[in-house]
Amino acid sequence: MKVKNKIKNKGLIVSDGCCVEYGDTLALDNVTFTVNEGKLVAVVGPNGGGKSTLFNAMTGLVPIANGSLKIKGLKPNKAKSLIGYIPQKNLINWNFKLSVKQVVGMGLTKNNSFNPFSNKNNKIIEEALNQVGLIEKIDDNINQLSGGQLQRIFIARTLTQGADILLLDEAFSAVDVGAQEDLMEIINSIKLDGKTILIATHDINNIEEKFDEVLCLNRHCCAYGDSSKVLTKEVMEEMYGSHNQMFNNHRPGNHGSKNGN
Amino acid sequence: MGIENLLEPFKYDFMIRSLITAILSGIMLPVLGSFTINRNMGFMADAMAHATLPIIAVGVFFGFTISALGVPAAIMIALLLAFIIKNTEVGEDTAIGIIFSSFFALGFILIAVFKVSINLEDLLFGQILAVSTFDVIVVSGLFFTVIGILLVFFKQLLFYSFDPVGAEVRGLNVSFLNYLFLIILSLAIIGSLQTVGIILVLSMLIIPAAAAKLATKTFIDSVIVSVVFGVIAAVSGLYLSYYFNLPSGPSMSMVSTMIFVIAFITRKFKNSIKLYS
Repeated sequence: MKVKNKIKNKGLIVSDGCCVEYGDTLALDNVTFTVNEGKLVAVVGPNGGGKSTLFNAMTGLVPIANGSLKIKGLKPNKAKSLIGYIPQKNLINWNFKLSVKQVVGMGLTKNNSFNPFSNKNNKIIEEALNQVGLIEKIDDNINQLSGGQLQRIFIARTLTQGADILLLDEAFSAVDVGAQEDLMEIINSIKLDGKTILIATHDINNIEEKFDEVLCLNRHCCAYGDSSKVLTKEVMEEMYGSHNQMFNNHRPGNHGSKNGN
Repeated sequence: MGIENLLEPFKYDFMIRSLITAILSGIMLPVLGSFTINRNMGFMADAMAHATLPIIAVGVFFGFTISALGVPAAIMIALLLAFIIKNTEVGEDTAIGIIFSSFFALGFILIAVFKVSINLEDLLFGQILAVSTFDVIVVSGLFFTVIGILLVFFKQLLFYSFDPVGAEVRGLNVSFLNYLFLIILSLAIIGSLQTVGIILVLSMLIIPAAAAKLATKTFIDSVIVSVVFGVIAAVSGLYLSYYFNLPSGPSMSMVSTMIFVIAFITRKFKNSIKLYS
């Protein structure tokens, strides 16, 4: 119990000066932050800012060149069972015409899952699909689902896995506004079950309403903290540079002006 | 064509042996082919088949039969290909192309230099009618190994094939799964060389699987139907080979192609009906 409290106080995900290199490129440079249990965190930043790299580091897919990154006090490659990962759509091989049930059931697949005909996990799969509101799609082909439904199916896959931490990479790309709201509703209900959820997103509109905290990345950690406070003008400038002008200029009440004046 | 015509070839022992190996190849190649076409690995599989030539040339020179060389050659080729592709910086497709052509060329040079007594036409296009009892035992062994491994690791291979990153994050040993699939693919290819030959083994690997994909709605159904198509192609090809004195590989390949054309036309026809109804 003492150990558990110690871990909780130290944070669920602790990045301390974490650096990741790809050849000559420093994709993450001295990134420091701490995510506590049960938080819903947006990971924002420009393309190439290191959002996916951070997820890759957290899941043990890329080595940490310097500093440290711990999940519940464990190194990422020892903490795989704790993490449910929802990849970007383009990383999936859509040639495979699989059923929703098969994809959700993959969360239960381990190195020693040897019986291809086993049905003992049906109940767990059904429960997970109920939780994301798609039980009626259980026998549908995965290729027939919309972007929002697909995200929900992959969330269900992480639920069958029993992961404590969910990482959603570009969760809202190719998802329309209505489906985004449905998705957020489900994410919030999962959060209530005690899950910690990190979502990499480009959508910074109303971010303070949707998320507890925001992690701002542009190869380094520009800021991390309360979603209602962290996105200051300086942080936006640091993250998006010249793009920031675009965000400032094109906002409600500032129509038709190229320079924002 | 009466039942006696169908049974006539099997009064000869060599035809029974041929039938057994044809059916075994007609099952294991399309099953693996279903994974191969969805993973866009057709070129890789073709390279594997062609890369067997130098190993066969050296093996036969030292007095081994093609069947006896099967297992070590398959493992060697799979590991070598995977290693070269993983460690190359020229791109997977280019690396496969280089291995494909250079190994094939090396095979012909070795055959010429060592004056290896191989009937090249049989090796390239298959000669199922020359299958020995030893060949049947080896191919049966390869068949049960390939299907057994596939059944045991089916869930992991499917997960890895569908979502390689997700599978790795889940903690699956994806490097092991990658090598395992290449090894069983290589075993199936080598086990089928006598039946369809180096050049046409690809047709039995991918054409029944591609036809089945057109004819079905799910991956699992496509695997099952690909086996049906594969066995039909293999057995029909064997009959054509027997009655019209044709090489077995091309006969099976042509039947596969006919099945694919029928599946393709049926699919187009169904889509048109849906569109206008």
